[in-house]
Amino acid sequence: MTQTQTSEAATTASGAETPPRRTRERRRFPVQLLVFLGPAVVVYTVFMIYPLVDSMRLSLYDDAGAFVGLGNFVHLLTDDLLSARFWNAVWNNLVFFAVHLLVQNPIGLLLAALLTSSRLPGRATYRALVFVPTTLSVVIVGFVWQLILNPVWGFVETPLLGQSSTALITLALMSVWQYVGIPMILFYAVLVSIPEDFLEAARIDGANAWQTFWRVKFPLVLPTVGIVSVITYVANMNAFDLIYAVKGALAGPNFASDIMGTLFFRTFFGFQLERGSSTMGATVATLMFLLILAGVLLYFFGYQRRVKSYEF
Amino acid sequence: MNRLRWGACAVGAALLLSACGEGTDPREDSGADGDQTGLVIESWRNDDLAIWEDVILPAFHEEHPDIQVSFEPSAPDDYNAALEARLEGGTAGDIITCRPFDVSLGLYDDGHLTDVTDLEGIDAFDEVAMSAWATDEGDEFFCVPTASVIHGFLYNAEIFDELDLDEPTTEEEFHDVLGAVADDGEYTPLVMGTADQWEAATMGLQNIGPNYWEGEEGRNRLVEGEESFDDSQYVEAFEELQSWSEYMPQGYESVQYPDAQNVFTLGDGAVFPTGSWEIALFNEQADFEMGAFGPPLPEGRDTCYISDHTDIGMGINAATDAPEEARIFLEWTATEEFADLYANALPGFYPLTEHEIEVEDPLAQEFLSLRDECESTIRNSYQFLSRGDPNLENQLWDLSAQLLNGEVEPQEAAEQAQEGLERWYEPQQ
Repeated sequence: MTQTQTSEAATTASGAETPPRRTRERRRFPVQLLVFLGPAVVVYTVFMIYPLVDSMRLSLYDDAGAFVGLGNFVHLLTDDLLSARFWNAVWNNLVFFAVHLLVQNPIGLLLAALLTSSRLPGRATYRALVFVPTTLSVVIVGFVWQLILNPVWGFVETPLLGQSSTALITLALMSVWQYVGIPMILFYAVLVSIPEDFLEAARIDGANAWQTFWRVKFPLVLPTVGIVSVITYVANMNAFDLIYAVKGALAGPNFASDIMGTLFFRTFFGFQLERGSSTMGATVATLMFLLILAGVLLYFFGYQRRVKSYEF
Repeated sequence: MNRLRWGACAVGAALLLSACGEGTDPREDSGADGDQTGLVIESWRNDDLAIWEDVILPAFHEEHPDIQVSFEPSAPDDYNAALEARLEGGTAGDIITCRPFDVSLGLYDDGHLTDVTDLEGIDAFDEVAMSAWATDEGDEFFCVPTASVIHGFLYNAEIFDELDLDEPTTEEEFHDVLGAVADDGEYTPLVMGTADQWEAATMGLQNIGPNYWEGEEGRNRLVEGEESFDDSQYVEAFEELQSWSEYMPQGYESVQYPDAQNVFTLGDGAVFPTGSWEIALFNEQADFEMGAFGPPLPEGRDTCYISDHTDIGMGINAATDAPEEARIFLEWTATEEFADLYANALPGFYPLTEHEIEVEDPLAQEFLSLRDECESTIRNSYQFLSRGDPNLENQLWDLSAQLLNGEVEPQEAAEQAQEGLERWYEPQQ
């Protein structure tokens, strides 16, 4: 195992390949760049960057169009009703994420470990079966689980989705069920790429399967755990579809399953007799963006920079 | 090399140009043939598409062959947002189906709807009907009332026969009926869930509530600030609602509206608190005989009140290219002919005109006859009281559902609703 030395390799490669004649030609603007990159840059700017920046700009105005600076943020975070809803949504989002982190990753890893075991027949079938739900629409997943958990004609008599104590956790577990295939596949990819030499060396050293897993395989999987966690974080903090499909925009009972996505939906588009406010909606969206950004930055600076990558 | 580069640029440019090409608006086609003018109706009633296309619009086209109207509904949940976006962007239809009260008032204030105060035939509607689409001062109207829905209870007549039960008229009898079905044990006495939250408020509280707060009078007293939501009549209404929970299906906390509909239409439940909007669907799905009764009277009261809620209106998009034709169409919707067509095409949606209408569907007629026996009112959270945050309507959904789920007591629920109002509604402060 050696740490990669990409920069050195790159220098050698480019140094060796630059004949003197091409330096003059290089100064000319590469027109084809425009053709190849142009559309992507234009589309990305118009449909991603501009709306993002514009919604941040929008959060600084009131509904009548007057500039209010950070007024909307102050209102959202200090008004007792609004701030209670907002922090409730943030908290629920974190719970939603915690369930994914603590349930989805270990199960994903377990499944991946089982699938790489040479003693399991029909591995490819299991792999496909576990992965299939991720390809389904959330609306279908929500619908199917609602039927299963339906106290009138389902298999569970307790109204798991109807009690404020269980609704959010149940929804999070539904989502785990759907998406567990993704960490599984990522972990699986790492596990199958571990060279046989390592495992053989471990065996020769007298390690049993349990020791081999924790001492050899697990450290190699760890960087992927980080990536999976950050992907899950972004997806969970942005979550909306499953909750909206199952519980509607009011995310009941009594806002027990209200997350930032549903709060944003209600604020921006309004609900029933409530008219939406695009500026307040933009404020909620901006805070969502900042929270996600904070989480991702924390990951990049606090975790990923310390993670070593290995070359087999 | 060079040729390739320019070729790539040319292809890129061609792609860009083609992307800028002018799209055609399908809407323009409807007005294309001959001298006809096309009108498009925006609506959230996508269930009614066939009825508009097969029954209502052909009748209009026969009288006005030069105006071609098409009904283009969107999904109910997206309607407000989609309509607003289309109005802002100038692509909305000519006729706008109006939600009652603030949502439409907002559109009028923003200049998206035309004033219809002097429209011919508008005097066929009474004040309650017009209130849903009038300015706060009540002197300008922006939509023509189309239909209301009446709240009440549907019951499975076969179960009632089997258990020898009669339509209850008082709350005591109502509880006896539910108790008898519960004792029998074979059927769910009262079919309703609280998962969607709105049923608890709309089919529960707003259904039986007017009997407690005395209909329009009580509603107006609340609006004027003369009564408050934590007064005894509201607490009592919540108490009665709370008593329903013991008759509701197992695990009702996560029973959704469609589940409840299915339980009832499959013949597994005796009574279904609802509104007349259900009639058309239930006639189709239930293969047993159904009956209807109004909200039972609480003890010591003799005037009954029904929620006869103004639900649908129609207005003119201020930016329409055919304001004259749109007016002609709206004038037609104010006629007796339209009222008759509409009431019979869509049993359970009652025209708001003062014309005498005969409804052929017996169940719809049963609901309609409640208008003669009882005083009509509308849902008390709709006018003025859902303008601020918290919005009374959304709060009542939440509180009614929590009440039935056993998470809040009637007194607390009433106090919370009042606190919510006091936060922003001046007459209540």
